Amino acid sequence: MVEPVLSVRNLRVEFANRRGVLVAIDGVSFDIAKGEVLGVVGESGAGKSVTGLAAIGLIDAPGRIAGGEIYLSGLRIDNLSPDAMRRIRGKRIGMIFQDPLTSLNPLYRIGDQLVETIRTHLNLNETAARKRAIDLLAEVGIPAPEKRIDAYPHEFSGGMRQRVVIALAICAEPELIIADEPTTALDVSVQAQIIALIKRLGRDHGTAVMLVTHDMGVIAETSDRVAVMYSGRIAEIGPVRDVVQNPLHPYARGLMGAIPTLAGDASKRLVQIPGSMPRLSAIPTGCAFNPRCDFAFERCRIERPEPIRVGAQAVACHLYDRAATESAA
Amino acid sequence: MLAFILRRALQSVGVMLAVGVISFAMFRFAGDPVNQMVALDTSEAQRAEIRASLGLNDPVPLQFARYFIDAAQFKFGVSYQFRQPVSMLLKERMPATLELATCATVLAMGFGILLGIYSALRRDSFLTKVLQAVSLIGISLPTFLIGILLIYLFSVILGWLPSFGRGEVVKFGWWSTGLLTVSGLKALIMPSITLGLFQMTLIMRLVRAEMLEVLRTDYIRFARARGLTTRAIHFGHALKNTLVPVITVAGLQFGSVIAFAIITETVFQWPGMGLLFVQAVQNVDIPIMAAYLLVVSLIFVTINLIVDILYTVVDPRLRATVGRAA
Ligand SMILES: Nc1ncnc2c1ncn2[C@@H]1O[C@H](COP(=O)(O)OP(=O)(O)OP(=O)(O)O)[C@@H](O)[C@H]1O
Ligand code: SF4
Ligand SMILES: [Mg+2]
Repeated sequence: MVEPVLSVRNLRVEFANRRGVLVAIDGVSFDIAKGEVLGVVGESGAGKSVTGLAAIGLIDAPGRIAGGEIYLSGLRIDNLSPDAMRRIRGKRIGMIFQDPLTSLNPLYRIGDQLVETIRTHLNLNETAARKRAIDLLAEVGIPAPEKRIDAYPHEFSGGMRQRVVIALAICAEPELIIADEPTTALDVSVQAQIIALIKRLGRDHGTAVMLVTHDMGVIAETSDRVAVMYSGRIAEIGPVRDVVQNPLHPYARGLMGAIPTLAGDASKRLVQIPGSMPRLSAIPTGCAFNPRCDFAFERCRIERPEPIRVGAQAVACHLYDRAATESAA
Repeated sequence: MLAFILRRALQSVGVMLAVGVISFAMFRFAGDPVNQMVALDTSEAQRAEIRASLGLNDPVPLQFARYFIDAAQFKFGVSYQFRQPVSMLLKERMPATLELATCATVLAMGFGILLGIYSALRRDSFLTKVLQAVSLIGISLPTFLIGILLIYLFSVILGWLPSFGRGEVVKFGWWSTGLLTVSGLKALIMPSITLGLFQMTLIMRLVRAEMLEVLRTDYIRFARARGLTTRAIHFGHALKNTLVPVITVAGLQFGSVIAFAIITETVFQWPGMGLLFVQAVQNVDIPIMAAYLLVVSLIFVTINLIVDILYTVVDPRLRATVGRAA
C-alpha cells in the first residue's frame, strides 16, 4: 500500500486551564492519501480546527499534543523541534484559514508577503521569487497578476484575498493543504469558485487536502472521503458516497438528513439535532453522544465506543459491534 | 493626499484661532493691564494715555484682530517684568526647552520601544515582571519627586551631576545648544530622565500591549503557518504593525513633554520656556503667559499635523481612504 501523505494515529490534544486539563481531541486517527480530499465536518467545538492545527504544529500553550503520532509521508512530525517543524510549515504543509480579510498583513504588499514566503522555503533570488509569485497569482486566478502583485491586501475583494491566501499556502508546492473553513467568511457567490480552485489545485499537483467545513454540500461535491467529528472524536469516517448516502453513526445520520448540492438553496447548513454538544469539561462517560442519541442503550453510558469497520466505513458506535448488539438483544 | 493635508492644515488654523481667543481673553480677565505697568502714584491722565497707546479703548473685535495679526507675526508685546519684547524672551528660552524635550522623547521612545518589545516577547520572564512593576511606579510617581530624588542621589550624595542649570552652551545664531559641551551634556542627563520617565513607561506599556494584541491576530498566525522564521514574524510583521499606533501616541506625547517641562524646568532651574512661564505666573506677567500658551499650542498643532501625515504614509489602508475622500 502506498504511504499516506498525512497519517494521524490516536491523536490526543489537551488544553490546561486553571481548573485542570481539558481533552479537546481524544484518540483521533485518520489518513489522507496523495491527491485525496478528506472533508471534515461536525458541530462547532467538535475539534476540527484543533486537529488541523495539531497537524501543522500550531497548537500553542496552554494546549499541547499529549499523545499519539502524526506522520507526514512517513516522517514523524509531532515531536520535531520547533525549528524543524517551522521548516515544514509552509513548505510541505500549507494552511488556509477561515477569514481572508484578516489573514494577510495589512501593511505589506501581497507581492512582498509572497516573495518573503517563497524565499523562506526555496533557494531563489529576489527576481526569481517575484516571477514565481506572479505565476502563482495567475494560477489561483488573479487577473493581471504582474500589476496586482504590488497591491496591498485591502485593495482586493474577499474572494480575491482568499485566492492570494491560497497562493501563499501553495507557494512551495506542499504535499498537504489544510483548509479550515476556507469559504465560511466569503460571499455565497464566490464560495463555489474558491472550493473549485482548491479542488483543482489539489488535483493538478497531487496534493492531499484536509478540508474543514460546515457545509455538507461542499463535502459532497469535493471530498473523496469524509470524517464526521463529535466531541473531539471521529464518529464516522469513510468514502463520501457511503457516508453521505448511508451514514451509520446515529449522529452522522442526523447530519445527513438533507444534503443539497453546491448549487442548492439556503438549507445546506448542517441540520439541527436536538440538544447540543457537551462542553469539554462535561463530556459524559461512555459515548459522548449518548444524551442526544435515540438509540442509546445501557452500554453507551458506560463504555466508550471505538471505531469499528463496516465495509469501507469506520464507525464509533456500539450498535455496530455485533457481539455486543447480540448480547444486548 | 494634498487635499487631505490642506484640510488638516485648515483645521489646525482653526484650533490656533480658538487658542488665540483664549489667550486674548487672558488680558481682559486678568485685571487691568495698565495697573501692571505703572507705579501706584501714576496719575489718572498718564494711565489714560498708556491705555490709549496700547489701543485698549478700541472695540474688542478690533483689539482681537490686532492681537491675532501681531501674534501671527510672533509679536507678543512687551513683558511686564522684564520690559523686553516677549518674542525675544521666548526665542532666547526656546532652544533649552526644545533640546530638553527632544532628548527626553528620544530617551522615552528608544527605551520604551525596546523594553516594550522585550516584555511582550518574554512575557513570563522575571525581568518582564520587574519592568511591569517599576513602570507602574514610574507612572504613579510625580515628576518633581523623581527629579528631587535624582538630585539628591547624583548631585548631593555622589556629586556626579549638576543639580541645576544648563551648563555651558554654544551659540549658533540665536540658537544655543548644550549638546556640544561636556558640562552641557552632563546637565542634560537628569532633567531628560525626569521628563522622559513618565513617557517611557507609557510607551513601554503601550508597545507591550499593542504587540501582544498583534501577536494574537490572524495574520500573525497565518505568517506562522507559512513557516516564516520567528525573527521575521516578531521583528518584521508584528513590530511594524505595533509601531503604527505608537507613532501617534509618541508624536502627541512630544507636545505634552513640552507642557510637562514646566515642572522639570522648575525643579532643575532649567532656563527654558517653562521656567519663564512659571515666573510669569508668579508675577502676573500676562503677555508672557499668553504667548507661551500660543507657542506651545502651535507646537502641539504642528506635531499633530505631522503625525497625521506620517500615519498615512505608514499605513496603506489609511492612504487609500484618504485618497478616496480627497
Ligand atoms: N486555545 C484554546 N484554549 C482552550 N480550549 C481550546 C482552545 N482552542 C480550542 N479549544 C477547545 O477545543 C475544542 C475544539 O475546538 P475547535 O476550534 O477545534 O472546534 P471546531 O470544530 O473547529 O469548531 P468551529 O466549527 O467552531 O470552528 C473546543 O471545545 C474549544 O473550546
Ligand atoms: S454508541 Fe450508543 S449512544 Fe453512541 S451513537 Fe451509538 S447508539 Fe448512540
Ligand atoms: Mg474551527
